[in-house]
Amino acid sequence: MKKTISIISVMTLSILSAFSQDLFTVKSGEVSFYSKTPVEDISAKNKKPVSILNTANNEIVVQMQIVNFKFPNSLMEEHFNENYMETTKFPTAKFNGKINEKIDFTKDGVYNVTSTGKLNVHGVTQDRTITGKLTINKGEIKLESNFDIALVDHKIEVPTVVFAKIAEKINVSLLLNYVQKK
Amino acid sequence: MKKYFTLILFNCLIISAINAQNLDSLLTSETEVEPEYATATFKSTRIINFQSVEQLRTKHLDFRIHHRFGPVNDGAYNFYGLDNGVITMSFEYGVTDWAEVGISRGSAEKTFNAFGKFRILRQSSGSKVMPVSVSAYASTDFYTLKRTDVVLKNIDRFSYIYQIMVARKFNESFSLQFTPTLIHQNLVKTALNPNDTWAFGLGGRMKLTRRSSFNSEYSYAIRPNYVGAIKTANGLSLGFDIETGGHVFQVMLTNTNGMIERKFITESAGSWLKGNFMLGFNISRTFSFKKD
Repeated sequence: MKKTISIISVMTLSILSAFSQDLFTVKSGEVSFYSKTPVEDISAKNKKPVSILNTANNEIVVQMQIVNFKFPNSLMEEHFNENYMETTKFPTAKFNGKINEKIDFTKDGVYNVTSTGKLNVHGVTQDRTITGKLTINKGEIKLESNFDIALVDHKIEVPTVVFAKIAEKINVSLLLNYVQKK
Repeated sequence: MKKYFTLILFNCLIISAINAQNLDSLLTSETEVEPEYATATFKSTRIINFQSVEQLRTKHLDFRIHHRFGPVNDGAYNFYGLDNGVITMSFEYGVTDWAEVGISRGSAEKTFNAFGKFRILRQSSGSKVMPVSVSAYASTDFYTLKRTDVVLKNIDRFSYIYQIMVARKFNESFSLQFTPTLIHQNLVKTALNPNDTWAFGLGGRMKLTRRSSFNSEYSYAIRPNYVGAIKTANGLSLGFDIETGGHVFQVMLTNTNGMIERKFITESAGSWLKGNFMLGFNISRTFSFKKD
């Protein structure tokens, strides 16, 4: 009987440790957006996104602080935080979803993937399916993605006076380099 | 047998609990804790006439035009002051995020001015708590207007201004700044005036909409100066900040047409009650020379 108990315990522990082995976190990453307008190009980079990828069940969460988006023009950055994103009210943007494809994360290769889940920007959650590219190389995972966010979908208001300055759709690029969580 | 079953069930529960912990809490532990700095305590580097604790960022150039019309009580013939006016133009530059320098030329007394403003403390919450922002400011001005009444050496035309600005953004829409000031004039214009004038400024910002705010400021000189034989008045200015993309537009009613500290603190005699106040505006356009 003692034996059986210990076998069960060891099994549980191995499942637990397997679980933590399945988790990948971001070593380095960058989320940027770009909007070309007749007056001025608008671009910003966030170099501090955090993300966790669970290779056991394909779950993925990506989150970033809005205030970490850095603009070349600081006045633009201030407007972005104060007027468009209302950063004090909605400090983060987040994607919470699942990778739809079955992927063998132990095998090196390049995979085109889609992920369905919830995208929260400016306090408004939208159901989205976002496409991306996964590159697995020697235990490191690189995720690249490119998608559009329509301002109206997330109730981000643009005053009519400056309308020419901001496109209605913002193109977002994402690059995340994952390593196994220790 | 029942024991095993309980154990397995218990273990399963643990596993599912850890799973249900949902990546969220793990995510929180991954997120770096950083101080949250107060931004936009004021919308511009000026409250109205007074400098604010806002600093230009690294490699940002601010071109400013300040303009004050004549006093409203000039009457209909002078179109209530709009026929006249004085103007100051300046270039201001952020050397680093905490140091800013500027030069200006004003039409009043044909005055040149140079200044430096340095951030000492920055209001923040979160991982680092600092209740106020503090900046130090030093400035000198040199007027080049020809005077026939006295013979002046160049050094007589200089004044020096020192300020400490203490500001707090109380909430999203309300900020306040207290500004102790010392003005030293090498040669005062009448014997009634002290060379050193101590003064205080109190300025506030109340946000009205996401793109506009109501500002007001008051300056109090401990010992009033004289313009000719007239005692100077303390300055009271009321205005609005309106921002449109890369510009900040400030429009105000004020009882002083001075745009540098020496003039708006020690050389203004306008009385609001007698209609001796004027319309004015500041336009600020910021250019970034920062790559990436």
